[in-house]
Amino acid sequence: MLELQNLSFQVSGDTDSQKEIIKNISLTFEDHTFIAITGPNGGGKSTLAKLIMGIEKPTAGKIVFNGTDITDMSITERARLGISFAFQQPVRFKGIKVKDLITLAAGSNIKLSSACDYLSRVGLCARDYINRDVDTSLSGGELKRIEIATIIARNTPLSVFDEPEAGIDLWSFNNLIKVFEDLHSSTDNSLIIISHQERILNIADEIVVLAGGSVQARGHREDILPELLNGTGGCKLYNQQ
Amino acid sequence: MDEIQRNLLEQVAGLHEMPAGAYNIRANGQSVDRSTTAHIDIITKEDKQGIDIVIKPGTKKESVHIPVLLSQSGLTEMVYNDFHVGDDCDVTIVAGCGIHNSGDSDSRHDGIHTFYIGKNSHVKYVEKHYGSGDGRGERIMNPETVVLLGENSFMELETVQIKGVDSTRRSTTATLSDGAKLIVTEKLMTHGSQTAETSFQVDLNGEGSSANIISRSVAKDDSRQLFLSKINGNSRCAGHSECDGIIMDRATISAIPEITANNLDAELIHEAAIGKIAGEQITKLMTLGLTEEQAEAQIVNGFLK
Ligand SMILES: Nc1ncnc2c1ncn2[C@@H]1O[C@H](COP(=O)(O)OP(=O)(O)OP(=O)(O)O)[C@@H](O)[C@H]1O
Ligand SMILES: [Mg+2]
Repeated sequence: MLELQNLSFQVSGDTDSQKEIIKNISLTFEDHTFIAITGPNGGGKSTLAKLIMGIEKPTAGKIVFNGTDITDMSITERARLGISFAFQQPVRFKGIKVKDLITLAAGSNIKLSSACDYLSRVGLCARDYINRDVDTSLSGGELKRIEIATIIARNTPLSVFDEPEAGIDLWSFNNLIKVFEDLHSSTDNSLIIISHQERILNIADEIVVLAGGSVQARGHREDILPELLNGTGGCKLYNQQ
Repeated sequence: MDEIQRNLLEQVAGLHEMPAGAYNIRANGQSVDRSTTAHIDIITKEDKQGIDIVIKPGTKKESVHIPVLLSQSGLTEMVYNDFHVGDDCDVTIVAGCGIHNSGDSDSRHDGIHTFYIGKNSHVKYVEKHYGSGDGRGERIMNPETVVLLGENSFMELETVQIKGVDSTRRSTTATLSDGAKLIVTEKLMTHGSQTAETSFQVDLNGEGSSANIISRSVAKDDSRQLFLSKINGNSRCAGHSECDGIIMDRATISAIPEITANNLDAELIHEAAIGKIAGEQITKLMTLGLTEEQAEAQIVNGFLK
């Protein structure tokens, strides 16, 4: 479904030196898979997600999506091919309503009731939110959930969520877990979820640990989780680079 | 009325047919249609161009439409409209000017609207400006609004100019008595080589008076905008003005705010932000499948909605 081949991403640092944020990563994801990506802050997770969506362009390597080389494709082209991305920090707009954003995401003039359904799925009372502006008046957690609702509305073959749980309260977190389980079981779509939460890692088919811009480990949760959670083991993984 | 005038009427007043309530329609310098009600009278001025609109005390839930249409190229006019709103009224006034110029000489409408508003009244005033036609002649509008707001009265003033006006200089002055409240929302878009200048002067004279001026504008292509606002706090009062501008292409916007507190209990705030569309907003909409151009259009439309 998705192949990252020798992917690297460098930025120019303060002192002429190049800083390598993603270092020669090669990963292949099967169809209908649910991958969790975890790792320490600054490990390169969000950058990798942006490379997949086309928000950043790799300095080396190739990205292949369902057999198509998308490395040089724009964000729009990738979105239309079937990739979605829920931002770690969702964007606010003056004058764009929740309803507008969900309609744009769904890609057609959907009925108001279906727009409301997407909101309900992320635990927002649709009546209270559908006509609100996606601006600074929304709380961080509300904005996060609306972001998730737009990705559900898109219903694409691949959805990448960047720390969807951040800022979401405990009660809603249980529902969120269910949302991801449902997304995984009720469609053939694939999910990549960047997360620091054990409970999300627990429901993924596979876990990738990213640290220092490299893949430190990849495997099934039975193998990876104990390593991660066990203090020294976790340190070992995190400190390898 | 011909097709061009009907289109202008729809653009500036949202009207497909004659409105209910009082109205006066002015087309190419003449009053072409008028209707009055038991509470609202419209009288032609004797000494100069324009009308007096007299709204009796206690008039509730009524509206007045006074659109102005110019479709004859090269016409220039100066019109004085005075609104006399009694005490305890609750009315909506819809004004607006549409110019269609397909000729080579400039068409121009200058209007002075003066509001004498009594006590405890609520006035909603909506003004839209629109230009069309592809002649080389310019479409020029210079509206001036003067508001004298009586005790505990509340005025909402909405102005919109989205399309087709080549040059505009708008001036609004307001004087507020005790407990009076003014809210102004301005939406403005300029493109091509248009210029727009808007200036506000608000004197908060009354105890407990307040004013809020909110301007949202988009400048595209080579257009230029200037936003001036002066709020004088002359008593215990609250004043707030906000200018939010998006610039695109080679356009420029200047915002020059001035707030003066002449009283220890005056609370005045000005906020201004001008810049291009945030890149991450475009990126976000592109991740939903929009092209960059579609994303920009969506953001601009929403911003001015
Ligand atoms: N454009 C850039 N210029 C310079 N440094 C960058 C740039 N983008 C990312 N970085 C750096 O690259 C590293 C990886 O950032 P990234 O946001 O991918 O981390 P992350 O794994 O998502 O972290 P977190 O768990 O905190 O979200 C960080 O050290 C960050 O400061
Ligand atoms: Mg991150």
